[in-house]
Amino acid sequence: MNIIVCVKRVPDSEIRVAIADDGKTLDSQGIKYVLNPYDEFAVEEALKLRETAGEGDVTVMTLGSDDAKETLRTTLAMGADQAVLLKGEPSVDGLGTAEKLAEAIRDRECDLVLFGKQAIDDDNLQVPAMVAELLGLPCATVVVELEVSDGKLEAKREIEGAHELVRFELPGVVAAQKGLNEPRYASLKGIMQAKKKPLEEVDVGTVESRLEVLELKKPEERSGGVIVGEGPDAVPTLLQKLREEAKVL
Amino acid sequence: MARTSSLDYFDTESLLSEEERAVRDTIGEWVDEKFLPVIGECYIEGRFPKELIPQLADLGAFGANMPEKYGCADLNSVAYGLIMQELERGDSGVRSFVSVQSALVMYPILEFGSEEQRQHWLPKLARAEAIGCFGLTEPDYGSDPGGLITRAVKDGDEWVINGTKMWITNGSLADVAIIWAKTGDLDDPGSIRGFIVETDRDGFVAKDQKGKLSLLAADTSELALQDVRVPDDHLLPNSSGLRSALMCLNQARYGIAWGAVGAAMACYQEALSYAQNRVQFERPIAGYQIQQIRLVEMLTEITKGQLLALQLGRLKDRGELHHGQVSMAKRNNVNMACEVAREARRLLGANGILVEYQSMRHMANLESVYTYEGTHDIHGLIIGEDITGISAIS
Repeated sequence: MNIIVCVKRVPDSEIRVAIADDGKTLDSQGIKYVLNPYDEFAVEEALKLRETAGEGDVTVMTLGSDDAKETLRTTLAMGADQAVLLKGEPSVDGLGTAEKLAEAIRDRECDLVLFGKQAIDDDNLQVPAMVAELLGLPCATVVVELEVSDGKLEAKREIEGAHELVRFELPGVVAAQKGLNEPRYASLKGIMQAKKKPLEEVDVGTVESRLEVLELKKPEERSGGVIVGEGPDAVPTLLQKLREEAKVL
Repeated sequence: MARTSSLDYFDTESLLSEEERAVRDTIGEWVDEKFLPVIGECYIEGRFPKELIPQLADLGAFGANMPEKYGCADLNSVAYGLIMQELERGDSGVRSFVSVQSALVMYPILEFGSEEQRQHWLPKLARAEAIGCFGLTEPDYGSDPGGLITRAVKDGDEWVINGTKMWITNGSLADVAIIWAKTGDLDDPGSIRGFIVETDRDGFVAKDQKGKLSLLAADTSELALQDVRVPDDHLLPNSSGLRSALMCLNQARYGIAWGAVGAAMACYQEALSYAQNRVQFERPIAGYQIQQIRLVEMLTEITKGQLLALQLGRLKDRGELHHGQVSMAKRNNVNMACEVAREARRLLGANGILVEYQSMRHMANLESVYTYEGTHDIHGLIIGEDITGISAIS
């Protein structure tokens, strides 16, 4: 079973980001980048499927600059077999990214394309479905359980207030949600082997962007809360405020 | 994933390779996610979290700087040091556990063992299918290990070992012990040799050291060997004299120089965050001069310790390391960590004595680290002899 996992290099959610002077991008100074956390679930699932099948290759792919090689090597250290860097500036336009990924995937033999359900930087949730569309493949997003047998894939999806079970014939596209698995740590041996694994670089030219970022703004600072009192005596006042001021009841 | 270890005032990050950073981050994530949530409880219960040993083996933490052909990751010394730093950011106990397995059990087998011994033991120890301990120190021979009175006497094609070993990390957990014994006269430290002794052999007894107020989440034991017989092929053939045992200690001390930085980082980060959030007299206490200076002193000393450890590692990787440099780094960094832990505990006020916070646990642990693997004072005398040419102890 051959699997392609599409991943993205994103700023670490643990660090505080600053907006650059242009007011439209992040200040890259002092930012630590990591593998997008949802993509960790996708990589882990691919490795597990390969291990269960006992054969096949896991290829990890990203669209990005040279810096993204470090992220690819993280996945190689986890156990992926090879990596492909589509060299180009990632666009805020999900479609531009999806076009480049789809183009690269089309040329390769592959039974399943895995994604994280979203990248935590743009939060667009666009690319997995767009890639599926461009390739004419079935797509299951927000997947928390996955089973593959006899060329068929069953996926449990999270939907509002329920789970939905879907099935399609491979090849297809799946976008992973938290809970799908527990991503493994890269082993120290894996880290050392990662540099010996193939990392292909493909120049993909300009990524089209039909979207322009006008402004990046931090949310307004919240003002301090109100302590209405202590113990049971405070409950009526609290209820009144929730009803009349906050209007949440 | 979360990583809290990025304390880096002098951009030492830029002095590390991508692989070195990846190694540090992997171990660091494991410490944050798997180790820190349980260490407080283990410490109070006075037990080593041995259920985590298989995870450490899966990561490849044991003998990480040893060759691939024995199932190890073949990391360089700096990456190995960063593992020690991250582990001790968790607790000195878990760093001690890995130090002993790697530097004091696997290293002597690699360095002084036969190829058969290496093939037999190293992969097993790397996978933690066997746990090891190192028996050099005795009740009456601590700083003066050359005086040890454990003896190994040849009897046919066996050795018969008698003696008592003390302060043995992993002693009760261990499946195998590296025992140092005199094979000749008791006044001849040159006759000291190392032996691989399985702990289930007749006459081998390990007893947990009771009453510790430091390293509570670690196994510290006393070993008694009474007429313990091992076949001749259990002698480490290339060990010769006290020097061999001291070479092992040098490996372990190297790791400690890094580990102490980790413990200090944990305390500083806790103190900084506490100072920024703890409000007294309507201001975070970080806004008072006394706490600012306290934090600055801590950070300055940690930064110096980081650079010392890193250069020590680069020298080791170039094969240019001198034992006096290891002594200086161990001595300085552990002492530094002791001071940082104490200051952090004080900054935390009453909360600082609670196990929910880390500083007092580190402070108590570091008193052991200050004393073991060559005390602070002995390391001073080693450097003293090196620079003056006169030994103050013999």
